[in-house]
Amino acid sequence: MARTLLDKVWEVHTVRTLPSGQTQLLIGLHLIHEVTTPQAFQMLKDSKLKVRMPERTFGTLDHIIPTTDQTRPYADPMAEDMATHMYRNMKEFGLPLFDMSTGKQGIVHVIGPELGLTQPGMTIACGDSHTSTHGAVGAIAFGIGTTQVRDVLATQCLAMAKPKLRQVRVEGALTRGVYAKDVILTIINQLGVKGGVGYAYEYAGPVIERMTMEERLTVCNMSIEGGARFGYVNPDATTIDYLRGRPYAPAGPAFDRAVTWWKTVATEPSAQFDDVARIDGAAIEPVVTWGINPGMSVGVNQSLPSPDAQPEPERPTFREALAHMGFEAGQPIKGARIDVAFVGSCTNGRLSDLRVAAEVAKKGKVAKHVRALIVPGSQQVAKAAEAEGLHEVFQAAGFQWRKAGCSMCLGMNDDKLQGREMSASSSNRNFIGRQGSPTGRTLLMSPAMVAAAAINGAVADVREILR
Amino acid sequence: MTTTDSKRRQIAGRGIPVTGNDIDTDRIIPARFLKAVTFEGMGEHAFEDARKQNPEHPFNQPAYQGASVLVVGQNFGCGSSREHAPQALMRWGIRAIVGGSYGEIFFGNCLILGIPCLVTTQADLEWLQKAVERAPQQQVTVDVEKQEVRFGDRTIKATIPDGPRNQLVGGTWDSTAVLLEAGAAIESTAKRLPYIVGY
Repeated sequence: MARTLLDKVWEVHTVRTLPSGQTQLLIGLHLIHEVTTPQAFQMLKDSKLKVRMPERTFGTLDHIIPTTDQTRPYADPMAEDMATHMYRNMKEFGLPLFDMSTGKQGIVHVIGPELGLTQPGMTIACGDSHTSTHGAVGAIAFGIGTTQVRDVLATQCLAMAKPKLRQVRVEGALTRGVYAKDVILTIINQLGVKGGVGYAYEYAGPVIERMTMEERLTVCNMSIEGGARFGYVNPDATTIDYLRGRPYAPAGPAFDRAVTWWKTVATEPSAQFDDVARIDGAAIEPVVTWGINPGMSVGVNQSLPSPDAQPEPERPTFREALAHMGFEAGQPIKGARIDVAFVGSCTNGRLSDLRVAAEVAKKGKVAKHVRALIVPGSQQVAKAAEAEGLHEVFQAAGFQWRKAGCSMCLGMNDDKLQGREMSASSSNRNFIGRQGSPTGRTLLMSPAMVAAAAINGAVADVREILR
Repeated sequence: MTTTDSKRRQIAGRGIPVTGNDIDTDRIIPARFLKAVTFEGMGEHAFEDARKQNPEHPFNQPAYQGASVLVVGQNFGCGSSREHAPQALMRWGIRAIVGGSYGEIFFGNCLILGIPCLVTTQADLEWLQKAVERAPQQQVTVDVEKQEVRFGDRTIKATIPDGPRNQLVGGTWDSTAVLLEAGAAIESTAKRLPYIVGY
């Protein structure tokens, strides 16, 4: 019987079936960062356990680091304490840390693929829900909690149940001004924020096949926002071209042998899925979220839906969303005034994202009332962008050019919304309080749309600016 | 904790309803509390911002203090993988959750802490939420083994997948020891992976 990538990768990583009936799954690559690990290392020490395969874990600093002055000690004593713990734990257990001095630091989901650590056919775990990002290269990659981080450190394994598999096919072709972010926001809107619970998503179809690796990373990143713990794209020529020459990818003849294996893990053409969903790529417009979860979105030229038009159990959440956002049902999203613009995050903090935002930034200046931040996803992204002069384009237009980190995606450093500020953000979550202010408001959109909103001072259709 | 103590066959205690769908882990514990390097004291920050914004929030109400069975809606615990969310709930006093569906990472985090998350129908959920609101002093019994929830004279069906149920009932939810039992099979599995042994 024809098998899927999920079948094959799951099987080859199965250590055994546990007495509970779950799978003991070997984790081939373990990525860690400073926020979700100190307790795990402490549990390890309390149990007098060692790291089982220290060569399979890599760490970086991303969530709490300042994006302005990175001189130690950090101004925030709690951030400093987290960094100190990370350095101490990595040293004590003999694990590599990509800190600022390496030139390889960045958001864990940006640097994994960028360094070639992330490869097809792997199982990848990280104490971070956006680990689903790494599925873009054809890996099974998912987020875990801190006690599970302890398990991976101590045993290189997790107790897991294999999910069902839904193929999400994006048919046709995208139109101009529509990006990978619009594709995944549309998928989440159509399948629902809990549509993927119990499922993994295999993204396929002509739109996905034509995407660059960076675009696929954006799509897979937000799988979790649709309820799917992981999503992946089958490895193909795009994957192989992307990985060739990366520091941790195999080199020389080993690369060719790796390619041979990578090709064998892809889903076979006649494989069956538990479900198939189809999305019309040509119908996708630039998308903007209006509510308090990533499924609450509309096309930029559409109006906000009415709670009364929703199924009964969904109505309270819709009403709560409108109340929090200060919006009314039926109002257009275009023209909604913003206070802050943020381009960055593991969703949209890569070089191609900065390039497209810079194209828009060339068309005007940031509106006077808007605070606009560009935060590269990694030191390498920052370096490449600066080599192209993108930082100057942004600065000339009135955007702040920051250092790499998670920044305003979740407001664990100084980059936060204040009060009820409204943010146009290229990040992944519009949850209440997400961007650092309990009453702050977030509109998710593509980097191009964020740049357009920054210039316009309000939500705008980027296609009108790029025309 | 002894082996006997770790078995989660059934959990009984007073209930607390938190209604609404898609309550994410940022809502349960805002990110600023993740800057602590331990989970200690996390309980007092459970739903902190939601409680400040809404004095009527169930976690603020005297009637629900001391409750241990949380009754929630659909897709509870979606979003961030932060274990701080179940840690905060657990340290506040929650020992079991009954809801419509859960974010999967949250479900797994609860499991590894020995907190069963059971699923029931929308109709039964609405009934249970209202029943607990009417009688907050009355005991709710979450029977993991029999997959049912009992309240007063009524019993509703509430499910949990076999694997997690076996772990909870058998007391093997804190998985490190079980995973270590695989011994050399871990290394032999690694040895069949070309990216580990070298292409």
